[in-house]
Amino acid sequence: MTSEPITIETDVLVIGSGAAGMYAAIEAARGGARVFLIDRSLIGRGGATVMAQMTVAVALGEEVPDAPQHHYDDTIAAGRGLCDEALTQLLCEEAPGCIRELDAWGVGWARKDNHITATAAPGHDRPRCVYVDFINTGPAVSKTLRTVMARNKDIRKAGDICITDLVAGADGEIAGAVGWHLSSGAPVAIAAKATVLATGGLTRLYRRNSASLNMGGDGYALALRAGGSLIDMEFVQFFPIGHLAPRLVGMDPIMWDPFRYKLGGRLLNGRMEEFTSRYGSDEDGKYTLPRDLATFAIFREVEAGRGSPHGGAYLSFEHCTAAALRAAFGPVIDRLAANAIDLTRMPVEVAPIAHYHMGGVVADAQMQTELPGLFAAGEVVGGANGANRLSGNAISEALVFGRRAGRSAAARAKKIARRGWKDLRPNDGRAALELVGNANGGGRGLNTAAMIARLQAIMSDEVGPFRTAAKLDRALADIAALTGELGERPPRRADAADYDLQRLEWFDLRNMLLVAGTVAQSALARTESRGSHQREDFPQTLPHWRRHQRVRLAGAALQVTGAPAEALVS
Amino acid sequence: MTAIAKLKIRRGSHDEPPRWQSFEVPFEPGQSVLDGLRWLRINKDPTLAMRFSCINANACKECMIQLDGETVYACTARLEPREMTLTPLPNKALIRDLVTEIAPPSERFR
Repeated sequence: MTSEPITIETDVLVIGSGAAGMYAAIEAARGGARVFLIDRSLIGRGGATVMAQMTVAVALGEEVPDAPQHHYDDTIAAGRGLCDEALTQLLCEEAPGCIRELDAWGVGWARKDNHITATAAPGHDRPRCVYVDFINTGPAVSKTLRTVMARNKDIRKAGDICITDLVAGADGEIAGAVGWHLSSGAPVAIAAKATVLATGGLTRLYRRNSASLNMGGDGYALALRAGGSLIDMEFVQFFPIGHLAPRLVGMDPIMWDPFRYKLGGRLLNGRMEEFTSRYGSDEDGKYTLPRDLATFAIFREVEAGRGSPHGGAYLSFEHCTAAALRAAFGPVIDRLAANAIDLTRMPVEVAPIAHYHMGGVVADAQMQTELPGLFAAGEVVGGANGANRLSGNAISEALVFGRRAGRSAAARAKKIARRGWKDLRPNDGRAALELVGNANGGGRGLNTAAMIARLQAIMSDEVGPFRTAAKLDRALADIAALTGELGERPPRRADAADYDLQRLEWFDLRNMLLVAGTVAQSALARTESRGSHQREDFPQTLPHWRRHQRVRLAGAALQVTGAPAEALVS
Repeated sequence: MTAIAKLKIRRGSHDEPPRWQSFEVPFEPGQSVLDGLRWLRINKDPTLAMRFSCINANACKECMIQLDGETVYACTARLEPREMTLTPLPNKALIRDLVTEIAPPSERFR
């Protein structure tokens, strides 16, 4: 097989086809651009959106008066002093418009008395979270955006493409990307006037996570290697009540949250005692505890020997009648029954699970990154949610930032001349192409699947929600060892090059290990506790740490900056 | 002795003659066929090609294969302590091993 790449030219390249990427594609096409939308998985099927069974936070004010300012105030408060206010403002102000546009496109928001209904969720001062029944929000959003794209001839779509590097033009601006086509193994080179990163977060770095296989932090690694910087990488959100036991197939592990929104539900320790009041919150049968505090409470109970049998807490709906459960969850009750779970008679076990990443690529309110030609949208963007994200803000952010990034990318594409692959900066393009080509392929002896499992174990055990310098030092040493093991060349293409998962996992690990390093190093440098980042050796939240840390690549080394002078002295 | 599920898998790419390979994977009640396949890739053979994305939620619908001749989602079909025959979808173009071309034509690269 030849290493000559398949070349593509487009106005706007969108990498990632969750809600952010699809909305960006639709909006860029609306702005007059030809769009190429690609995904490492299938279009609209991988990523986080399709997994988001829950709700979308938006100040529609249809049932009770509400305004974006109230949504903003709650988001800022939850962010523990670290929200990027311009991004938070954009998120809250533009969410209603996006939600209404999706409504017009037929997404099917749940309605009561002829208006879109909203439910209460922890951290919101009033019912603000819209949804599609029954726990079908993300799939409905995904399907709607896919349907809208299908009618648009200016959007070309292709799944099964793994992007490995961004490439700059002769002027130093981002001018496209290099990757390979999974189904054939062929290298791919894409020239674009504007590129949108919409690759989502990094939850795949953890053993127990609530996201798809392609959420390994690709966008963070692409931006870093292209010279961009990341902020707030230490802030990984753990979802407190991810399903733990009994074994439940065919359901998203974060499925219990909407049950709690609708029905309350009691969180109990292994002795069947309510315990959250010990950690500063008395839920009183309702559901008001923010995610960081709930995660903290469950971990502490387990640590004190009061966990449930599988190492979490019990969640009980035994106070609810079968009729109430059926009314709230319809056919989901039957899916639970197929897993031998009867909520009227038994609690389930839950435990914190990696769910979302607050940090990410630095971008302004136009979704312009620090690198000209490169925009970002959705979870890959850092800053809008500070140190702790409110329930419901992830899909809002995907929609709002996606739409804005698409608009900005189309505007840029209008202003610059046609770009072909040959206009790209020759050195960058050549190095990237050599990596995906077969000429310098490495050996095929690596067990890449096992290496990913090892990385997930390191991150879960040493870089989870509760951190110490000793744990983080161990993690960094282990990450460095795995990086050495991975080497600098992907396995050479096998004779059967089609859908070579080992090769894909090599490229995944190249990104995951780099990104794991940014999380561990930023966590080590932040010598305080705030939101989702809890240092057992620095338990206080310190005023002088109310600031972002940035990570960049300096040569092959990660450089974390932003620590306050006070921290550097101590 | 731990219970064992025996996965008999049809392997090979579209331009090779198919071959059969059997693997034993540890069985725990409640596990999915996908759990077994993921264990197999980590512990026995990382070269096995399979398609999946959401792991457990049955949201992505990417893990469709045939189990004993019936089309199933690997993430919801239960692993059982017996021989289970896994084959790619017969009505879709084969890419390799258990991976077939399941994307609609308008969402493919070429």
